[in-house]
Amino acid sequence: MSGEELVIDVRGVTKRFSGRAVVNDIAMQVRRGEIYGFLGPNGSGKTTFLRMLCGLLTPDAGEGVCLGFDFRTESAEIKKHVGYMTQRFSFYEDLSIEENLDFVARIYGIPRRKEAVNRSLETLGLVPRRRQLAGVLSGGWKQRLALAACLIHEPRLLLLDEPTAGVDPKARRDFWQEIHRLAAEGLTVLITTHYMDEAERCHRLAYIAYGNLLARGTVAEVVRSAQLTTYEVTGPNLWELAAKLRGAAGIEQVVAFGTTLHVSGRDAAAMDESIAPWRVGGWQWQPVASGLEDVFISLMDRAKDNFS
Amino acid sequence: MSRHAFNLRRFWAIVVKEFIQMRRDRLTFAMMVGIPLIQLILFGYAINADPKHLPTAVLSADNSIFSRTLVWALQNSDYFHIVRQSGSEEEIRTLLARGNVQFVVHIPEDFSRRLLRGEQPSLLLEADATDPMATGYALSALDTLVNSAFDRDLIGPLSRLRVRPGPVELRTHRHYNPENITQYNIVPGLMGVVLTMTMVIITALAITRERERGTMENLLSTPVHPGEVMIGKIIPYILVGYIQVTLILAAARFLFHVPMMGSLPLLLGVILLFISATLTVGITFSTATRNQLQAVQMAFFFFLPNILLSGFMFPFRGMPSWAQWIGEALPLTHFLRIARGILLKGNGPREIAPELWPIALFMVLMLTIGIKRYRQTLD
Ligand SMILES: Nc1ncnc2c1ncn2[C@@H]1O[C@H](COP(=O)(O)OP(=O)(O)OP(=O)(O)O)[C@@H](O)[C@H]1O
Ligand SMILES: [Mg+2]
Repeated sequence: MSGEELVIDVRGVTKRFSGRAVVNDIAMQVRRGEIYGFLGPNGSGKTTFLRMLCGLLTPDAGEGVCLGFDFRTESAEIKKHVGYMTQRFSFYEDLSIEENLDFVARIYGIPRRKEAVNRSLETLGLVPRRRQLAGVLSGGWKQRLALAACLIHEPRLLLLDEPTAGVDPKARRDFWQEIHRLAAEGLTVLITTHYMDEAERCHRLAYIAYGNLLARGTVAEVVRSAQLTTYEVTGPNLWELAAKLRGAAGIEQVVAFGTTLHVSGRDAAAMDESIAPWRVGGWQWQPVASGLEDVFISLMDRAKDNFS
Repeated sequence: MSRHAFNLRRFWAIVVKEFIQMRRDRLTFAMMVGIPLIQLILFGYAINADPKHLPTAVLSADNSIFSRTLVWALQNSDYFHIVRQSGSEEEIRTLLARGNVQFVVHIPEDFSRRLLRGEQPSLLLEADATDPMATGYALSALDTLVNSAFDRDLIGPLSRLRVRPGPVELRTHRHYNPENITQYNIVPGLMGVVLTMTMVIITALAITRERERGTMENLLSTPVHPGEVMIGKIIPYILVGYIQVTLILAAARFLFHVPMMGSLPLLLGVILLFISATLTVGITFSTATRNQLQAVQMAFFFFLPNILLSGFMFPFRGMPSWAQWIGEALPLTHFLRIARGILLKGNGPREIAPELWPIALFMVLMLTIGIKRYRQTLD
């Protein structure tokens, strides 16, 4: 990892709210031009972490650099080169699309402002609706406006907090196309998401739960590190089978996928013992590769045992 | 943070945005123009702090020229309107209790006899003092009235009785507003009251709104400086303040014929200082409130002592000293003195100077607290 330029390089980042560590001793390294996925269950501290990176919250502990600036003391500099898209739409609903973009362009002091705003409206495909108030836009369009506004000052780092929540599949695909194009040009992207397909589109991932970092690396690395064994079961009365398997020794997850059942656990020996009685009776057991979702749920269950 | 100094461009971005938002928010804008108009009408026309023609009953047990003179004098003053001249003690008491009469004047049996003997006879006056404001002026008028009424009758050999001083003269000679027209006093004061009310609420709302709607998170993630946000948000409202001032001054001149003795530019200059001081209060409040409702509540908390202790509602010198101390700390108190001074007395810069620096001091203090408390993070 040396040799390469690290856009984010922080260690020991901790944030407490009334004594409770919401982000606990987290380290993160993100390289230039990388799309870095940041995943974790609700309330795990993702938004809090992003806010600390761009100076919106003061960390209780931690050190490191973001875009070459000390993230604790030089947030004013960092803000000039970061595009932060908040989880909740936070542009002005009583300003039109164009006025919002124009406001952002003024704040960042963009040269040839009108041109930049027009260019942004065109890429968005919002030229005919430029005078519409942002408040009347549908959820998906708001997201697109927010992304356009984050990009207008040509930031070097994008922090996107669930940018595709509630966006339709086509728009989501376009969005990821755009993100990959920007990343290829050298923009670094740190993005939080709850969608597994999006996680798989990231170059690398980090997974946190209850403020603790549980896994990181490429998708393959994360899956491998979890050491999870998964079976796909087909056959009759899967629902009844699922009820009987749940809670058996070594079996951690039993999830229905249409006409199949996914059964997984970390302790392969214990699992085999538990499922032995059900190998007969018309059920077919097929070992399959564990999916990212199985891995994350397993990680989360383990985290629950450890931290709460 | 030193490299990150005040930037005119970003400041202007905020000003432009605020203007657009203000234009879109029709209701608030209408309120800002409507409040001064409504208050003008209420205070200017409906509320009269010096009521006249108060219903009065006279019970005279002494049928003499002196008692008739007294009744005649009361009748002729604007303050008393004699509605009853006879009746039993019981009846009269009921009238007073029901509020049918505001005053009862008792003339004792031996009134004229004792007057002629120079024994300073007593007149019993019963007043319904539930509203002291309503009776205050009338009571003080009565004092003079009674003493001067007899001057006409106490002539010739009786004139020796006039020498002896009557009851103490309470009524003060009124400079600048000899006719005691309430509007002259109220309308200039109203300007300060309206500005205090609207400016504090509106700035407190303008910043709290950003927090409540979540737009603050976005704003804070940009390189914008707290000073740029605060001053950028203030500018459009200073303009609104001047619109209100123009409305009130026009009404003062053309509806209420309030004299304008002093310099208008001087007054407008002082208003800039006063508006700025008031806006800093709104900004400081906004740093302490989480939502718009709290902001409005705090603004009303501030408004209360302002309206009660500044000398707008009640004469400043009539307040206990602790209340005067609080009053002295409020910018409105000083602004009222300046505005009345310039308009009614024709005061110039030299006369108003002692009232200017407390406003300036207040503003500097508030702004310091505001900037200190302004959170640049969401912590
Ligand atoms: N300002 C705050 N004061 C107190 N607690 C807070 C504050 N902000 C966040 N929290 C708490 O910190 C925890 C982490 O919140 P955070 O928003 O970072 O989670 P998240 O991972 O972004 O969740 P989600 O996926 O739902 O967006 C939550 O338990 C939340 O209640
Ligand atoms: Mg979040």
